[in-house]
Amino acid sequence: MPDEMKPVRADNIRELQEMTAASDTRDYLHAAARQAQRQYDDYELIVDVDAHLQEGRFWDELVEYMDSDVLRYTAQQQLAGGIRAPLINMQPGMSFQALGGRVPHQSGPGEKVEDPATHGHPFAQIVMRGMDSMGVDYQMIFPTAMLHLGMNPMEDIEINMARAYCRWLVEKVLPESPRLLGLVYLPFNDPVESEKIVKEFGGHKQIVGFTICAVRHKPVHHNQYMRLYSMIEETGKPLVFHAGPHWDDPSFSQLNRFISMHALSFVHYNLIHMTNWIINALPERFPKLKVVWIESGLAWIPYLMQRLDHEVLMRQSEAPGLKRMPSEYMQDMFYSSQPMERWDMKMLEATMTKMKADTQLLFASDWPHWDFDPPSSVTTLPFLSEQSKKNILGLNAAKLFNLPVKRMRPHAKDVIAARARHRVS
Amino acid sequence: MPDVIVAKASSFPDPGRKVFDVGGTEFGVFKLGGQFYAWENRCPHLDGPACQGKILPCATEAVNEDKTSRGREFSKTDMNVVCPWHGFEFDIRTGRHPTNNAVRLRAVKMRVEGDDIVVSLRD
Repeated sequence: MPDEMKPVRADNIRELQEMTAASDTRDYLHAAARQAQRQYDDYELIVDVDAHLQEGRFWDELVEYMDSDVLRYTAQQQLAGGIRAPLINMQPGMSFQALGGRVPHQSGPGEKVEDPATHGHPFAQIVMRGMDSMGVDYQMIFPTAMLHLGMNPMEDIEINMARAYCRWLVEKVLPESPRLLGLVYLPFNDPVESEKIVKEFGGHKQIVGFTICAVRHKPVHHNQYMRLYSMIEETGKPLVFHAGPHWDDPSFSQLNRFISMHALSFVHYNLIHMTNWIINALPERFPKLKVVWIESGLAWIPYLMQRLDHEVLMRQSEAPGLKRMPSEYMQDMFYSSQPMERWDMKMLEATMTKMKADTQLLFASDWPHWDFDPPSSVTTLPFLSEQSKKNILGLNAAKLFNLPVKRMRPHAKDVIAARARHRVS
Repeated sequence: MPDVIVAKASSFPDPGRKVFDVGGTEFGVFKLGGQFYAWENRCPHLDGPACQGKILPCATEAVNEDKTSRGREFSKTDMNVVCPWHGFEFDIRTGRHPTNNAVRLRAVKMRVEGDDIVVSLRD
């Protein structure tokens, strides 16, 4: 064999370690940074309308903000006793999101951070790593375990945690960067407390909307909520339904695998709330209220549009407040993109056409949850125009949430270069 | 680019793997049952670092002759590597997803010379 054909020892070789819950977000998302460099680094604005706090590492801080000294004491005792999610109505043995450890980032964040005294709050440090790696200018933060609180039989827990979460956001996290955005958690089981929290936090510059955690058995059309919706409509900021899973619902207790419950549960609650919202003609009563539906994917949207359009023409007397077809009201609303059902491109294209994705669809990563979507989930869609991709990835959200179209993120090549020397996985 | 030596074959546990970045090209070398396999570190789903995930036996649905199920069992023969981004699993020997064989990792040309693992990388 001639010398030039002989194998050589690579001098530019690096061995990469297995990903774990302790892996640095910048390593975990290295491939996303490379996608950003190749696919969308020149886009004006990337907005991620749904990312998550994993409360586990920060419960002790959140609990400190609870108004009730009794609940605060109880939560602190639970934490000291090793309960990882104090006061939360989740059964620890039913936590399957991380797929038995197969998707480690779902169990984090376990990574090291720099000294908070010089580099800021640990959560903000971790969030910024993810945003820079994915090439995101603005990211909206939602809780995770707290998404279940609507089913907690102790109403005062939701009220106390809602205020504690909002205070923690505006006092500890949002001041760290103008790129971080939050939404008010509405303790929706108590409309009066929800109104108070709108007044208290709704005017904050980095609070860009109001969240109803959709996992709950509350009819959103009930008269007790009309004053709340009026207040939110006056702020000009959107009302956001964030879906979630819930295995304890009687119908879902027939499902024997997490995948089955997860596939149906998120969509289920948004289907119910959207149906009540439309059939009771709330879009006619609150014409200026902007409504967003988060984390149910997209396939449910054309399904419900067709289903309600079909029924409403036959049963007008049961939906007399409507002046247009249900699908037309739904086309005025906004939807987050994740988890995008990307397997059948023809179906996805038809869905996006039907829902007017060009103006109504908002990119969401859901990072760091197990079914997250990077921005490449949009940029690699073959049927979208370049302008549609830009709209979905940021410009639609800028319009809806009143964000300046101004680049805030570093360039992808700089993100990759900055991490290059330190990358271990 | 000439073929490159990336590791000593004797340094691999069985089952085991090492993942390498050679000048920006990332791939995983796996040892299973005494054989070596190499796959690009790129999940066909969304480009996640598929070779850097857990190595686990393939889960199977254990069905009896009378069609009743004993539930799930780990395979005694098939091992998967799991993409840590979203949980896509790939058979270490074939690189294919157990449910849909069309979803698969891309192979990297690799051979064992003496105790050297030698990989052919595209320019």
